[in-house]
Amino acid sequence: MGSVGAKEVPVLLDAEGRRIDGRRLDELRPLTIRAGPLRQADGSAFVEWGQNKVMAAVYGPREVHPRHLQQSTKAVIQCRYNMAAFSVDERKRPGLDRRSQEISKVIAEAFESVVFAEEFPRTSIDVYIEVLQANAGTRCAGLVAGSVALADAGIPMVDLLPAVAVGKVGGAIALDLKKEEDNFGEADLPMALVPQSGRLVLLQMEGHMTEPELAQALELGVGGCRTIYEKMKAALRDRYSVAPVAAEAS
Amino acid sequence: MKPGPGTYRVGGKVYASQLGLLSPRPPFVQVVPLSGRYVPKAGDQVVGTVTDVQSTFWLLDIGAPRWAPLHMTGTPWKVDVGETERFLRVGDAVVVRVENLDATGRIGVTMLGDELGKLEGGTIVRISPARVPRLVGRGGSMIATITQHTHAEVAIGQNGRVWIGGDGEAIRRVRDVLRMIEENGPRPGLTDRVERFLLATTPTGEGAPAAPPGPRPTGEATDDEGPDGDDGPGAMDEE
Repeated sequence: MGSVGAKEVPVLLDAEGRRIDGRRLDELRPLTIRAGPLRQADGSAFVEWGQNKVMAAVYGPREVHPRHLQQSTKAVIQCRYNMAAFSVDERKRPGLDRRSQEISKVIAEAFESVVFAEEFPRTSIDVYIEVLQANAGTRCAGLVAGSVALADAGIPMVDLLPAVAVGKVGGAIALDLKKEEDNFGEADLPMALVPQSGRLVLLQMEGHMTEPELAQALELGVGGCRTIYEKMKAALRDRYSVAPVAAEAS
Repeated sequence: MKPGPGTYRVGGKVYASQLGLLSPRPPFVQVVPLSGRYVPKAGDQVVGTVTDVQSTFWLLDIGAPRWAPLHMTGTPWKVDVGETERFLRVGDAVVVRVENLDATGRIGVTMLGDELGKLEGGTIVRISPARVPRLVGRGGSMIATITQHTHAEVAIGQNGRVWIGGDGEAIRRVRDVLRMIEENGPRPGLTDRVERFLLATTPTGEGAPAAPPGPRPTGEATDDEGPDGDDGPGAMDEE
């Protein structure tokens, strides 16, 4: 980092252990999930998580395009993670870049490890994730949205896939980093959990942590995932529950 | 309990693999899906559209995971090899019946049978396959009500595709009713509500009050629902 960056480093953690937005180290940003906002897709979800806004749509199982990707024993899971040009302050150049290709790949692989793809040979399950507003943690928000959308599409799978990033800011391990913490913090560790088995199906890290810090971060992240898991289930329940008939009287 | 459809077992415990309603069928536990694409069943009558034409068969989109081939010998026409396009083109709508399914997911369909064939004109509306029994109604009561009041022609596919023929006004009204059924499916008294809606919007009816297809207050009639009609939280066991 140049001197300009160094000069502007904000105080990420105050003396009382509060973070830049007033959260405690183990606190998530506000999270709301809506299942099924898109009528045309087989399944969809909209996630607002802190200042992130992410829409996901699922189509399939359906015919595979392009054909040569077809697999005779199972469905292929294709994922497209994309950030809108207006999703960040400085215009994001539209289209595929190395970062979004990587994220698409790791998200697709995370879903592959939970979806019962053998039930639909020679088909494709397509997950589209569009980031409308980004404030760090969009791959996790994308996973959460994509996963709820998959369930909404009736796709059989082992479990929903809650995800969250843990990081190191101001020398402490903190849950669910926001943009400033991600930019100026010491480490970022996104993860996705299969609650049923306790397995992690996505785990990436940027920056530095000691071994004990990593262990602490994993524990914090898994706990965060379990909280998010409940919200994902609640969103689906909400979508498919029926309002009592009595409420209709005008 | 043994794992039935929509579930899987790990370490002696059975989990839901799909979003749906828990339905114990001893000795099995199963989950009846609330969403998802059409799952073809042999014998189902379905509405499809032609997506591809080959020299001896057509491929149909019936809303299933895969396109279904309709072979030229499965039609009432005398088709020569290479002449398939003279009978059905891409985009044409048909009513066919699912004949056989194989392990690889191939869906064989036929156009030989009563009420099967090519659909001329009209439009296709999609509803959730799970709502089809509701649209048909007990003993066909719902669909009879609809066609009687709208004078539209309606062909219902088990795949949730509904073909509507008739004049523009008739099509529009049936479309409104379908929307209503889609939104109010799991509630009782639907056939009565649909009938009231249709009466209220009959063009020849005095003044034809523009009653929206929204909720209308009244006591419940006895239009069944079936055991899976209730759905409190907890009835649903996600993943």
